[in-house]
Amino acid sequence: MKKLMLGNEAIARGLYEAGVKLVSSYPGTPSTEITEFAATYPEIYCEWAPNEKVATEVAFGASLRGARSACAMKHVGLNVAADPLFTLSYTGVNGGMVIFVADDPAMHSSQNEQDSRHYAMAAKVPMLEPADSAEAKEFVKRAYEISETYDTPVIIRMCTRIAHSQSIVELMDRVERDLPAYEKNPAKYIMTPANAIRRHPFVEERTRKLAAYGETTDLNRVEWGGREIGIICSGTCYQYVKEVFGDSVSVLKLGLVHPLPTELFRDFAAKVDKLYVVEELDGFIESHLRNIGIDCVGKELFSPLGEYNQTTIRAAFGLPQPDSTGLDGQIPVRPPVMCAGCPHRGLFYTLAKHHITCLGDIGCYTLGSAAPLFALDSTLCMGASVSGIHGFNKVGGPESEHKTVCVIGDSTFMHSGMTGLVNIAYNASNSTVIILDNSITGMTGHQQNPTTGYNIKGDPALAVDLEALCHAIGIRRVRVVDPYDLAACEQAVTEELAADEPSVIISRRPCMLLKYVKPQPPVSVDTSKCVGCRMCMKLGCPAISFRGKKAYIDPTQCVGCKVCMQLCRVGAIGREE
Amino acid sequence: MTCNIMIVGVGGQGSVLASKLLGVLLTREGYDVKVSEVHGMSQRGGSVVTYVRFGDRVYSPVISKGEADYIVSFEKLEGARYVECLRKGGRIIVNSQSIDPMPVIIGAAEYPTDILDRLRAKDVLIDEMDALALAREAGSAKSVNIVLMGRLARYFDIPYEHWTEAIAQVVKPQFVEMNLRAFALGYNR
Repeated sequence: MKKLMLGNEAIARGLYEAGVKLVSSYPGTPSTEITEFAATYPEIYCEWAPNEKVATEVAFGASLRGARSACAMKHVGLNVAADPLFTLSYTGVNGGMVIFVADDPAMHSSQNEQDSRHYAMAAKVPMLEPADSAEAKEFVKRAYEISETYDTPVIIRMCTRIAHSQSIVELMDRVERDLPAYEKNPAKYIMTPANAIRRHPFVEERTRKLAAYGETTDLNRVEWGGREIGIICSGTCYQYVKEVFGDSVSVLKLGLVHPLPTELFRDFAAKVDKLYVVEELDGFIESHLRNIGIDCVGKELFSPLGEYNQTTIRAAFGLPQPDSTGLDGQIPVRPPVMCAGCPHRGLFYTLAKHHITCLGDIGCYTLGSAAPLFALDSTLCMGASVSGIHGFNKVGGPESEHKTVCVIGDSTFMHSGMTGLVNIAYNASNSTVIILDNSITGMTGHQQNPTTGYNIKGDPALAVDLEALCHAIGIRRVRVVDPYDLAACEQAVTEELAADEPSVIISRRPCMLLKYVKPQPPVSVDTSKCVGCRMCMKLGCPAISFRGKKAYIDPTQCVGCKVCMQLCRVGAIGREE
Repeated sequence: MTCNIMIVGVGGQGSVLASKLLGVLLTREGYDVKVSEVHGMSQRGGSVVTYVRFGDRVYSPVISKGEADYIVSFEKLEGARYVECLRKGGRIIVNSQSIDPMPVIIGAAEYPTDILDRLRAKDVLIDEMDALALAREAGSAKSVNIVLMGRLARYFDIPYEHWTEAIAQVVKPQFVEMNLRAFALGYNR
């Protein structure tokens, strides 16, 4: 049976067909749907872990016990999981283990553009890179074979255009795998120095064997065409190259991007007049070619920035472009915004009003940095707000402590905010931490997390008690506020900033987009009362605009949160109850 | 030959369902198909674009400048933004709805009033339609996406009932009838 499938959905199908028993992940665009789709197969145990390090270690545990396992994450998630990854390379696996990492060239939804291929090289583990959904599914099965044959975790690298593109996949049946009896193997799995010293030569030898495998495997293939130009590429770049050139050039398409072949490259280079490497982000393949003394054209022609497409390829090769029909003149940008009724808005308004310095974190609330709120001072990585405010206040002293806060979402706090809060309590900075608890992992599209009371399947689960957790960490001042209540927000922020000890404010209201949150009837503007002062415009609510000199609230967008009502000094905004 | 369709609009307007409909339909017609969209941050009221490509063999999942045969624009400003991707002589179907982006709402930019005039000066074919009005007539403002798909369907040599079968496959059973009305209104107008 053939089906049009998202790359991520095809990965999940591959996990199913490969007999995988466990998938543990933390959501992150563009990797999230791998685990969401995997969770639709009852044969696979799936879960959202609190972070990628935990997820990877859970997958390790399942592998140790003898099952095929997986974890999925975005590129920056692999930074979090790097610790287990590097030593997993030494222990190897019992049941096959595959780590899925999704890069985001062009940063559609990310804070950097890192190239995950470097991790495969640094951790000395093989990496596969599919070029469409059919390959994505096929490569999952191949990755488990490689994992078990060579005793290694395997990374499959996705990117936005493979993960989030749909193409046709042929479905097959699941091959169930029995769980073997568990056998203890301390020399392989206890990485004390004495054991690890013996495992390191194994890792080096394994890389040599995998490089030899790369010379002949059908994961790498040559498509001969014209010999004037030869192009080495992988993943989505292969598709762009084929789109532009068809069969008029020769293409060496790599499926195994680490370790890279040497003889295959030499042979291909010798048979074409001019050799090019087309790869997004860093010159990873190009570096290898130069290391083995093969001349090629790469990053001097192709940018290390962003995504490529047909236009990029044609431009680099000096080929004619199709006529463009673009309009002259400026088109206003349409940046993403916090939704109408977003519970983060009231809290951010309070911070902006008082010009409070605010260290931010990763999530929907990063949008609080945009006009007109401009409420954030920094966004670095998951958890960095809570750790960062401590350093900021330690050197800034009391002056800083009384006018600085940090904001972090419920899911991000579970991911890596807790440890920062432990540091605040233990190393005693008078910091004010605001947990924006909207009862969901929002930006990645509504995944459950340990605070929501539901698991990945939507079944009831234990909910971590944030107040009790903060108390247990050692924070005495913990208070909860409703961000729809501006006066309460103001009071909480003012009092906690004034306090001479660390405090946590939990700004609690579920995301407006959650199905169980029922929108209230919209509010409207009484134009006879509106004086056009634009106070309501300071919220940056997409439902509120100005028509002439009066405010207007779009009834199709307004969800009746009434935050704007609290700002209107003349009582022009209201709702007939 | 490959046919290239772009669906552009504002996050939340329902372009995902429209692309799903095209994906299901074209796969059933036996074509090689690729559908590409970006999830995540851009969906929070931002500009969204979906690429749909079909033919005997489709390589790239994306459509770049001057390559689109059709653009279905759910909102005027987004049509203006992406029309550079339309090939000369290509067709843009524009919903006459305007949704102000945040820079316009806060007064930092102006919503251009002459978008359709500027489009008409280009070598492209334009279908302007009030898809929102037709969607309301069909029974729900949310069926704008299916109204626009009805309009697009007129330009393809695919039997009408194949479209309606695909609609029945992608929408929830309780909404099929309403969406078939929306499709018919878009198609027959």
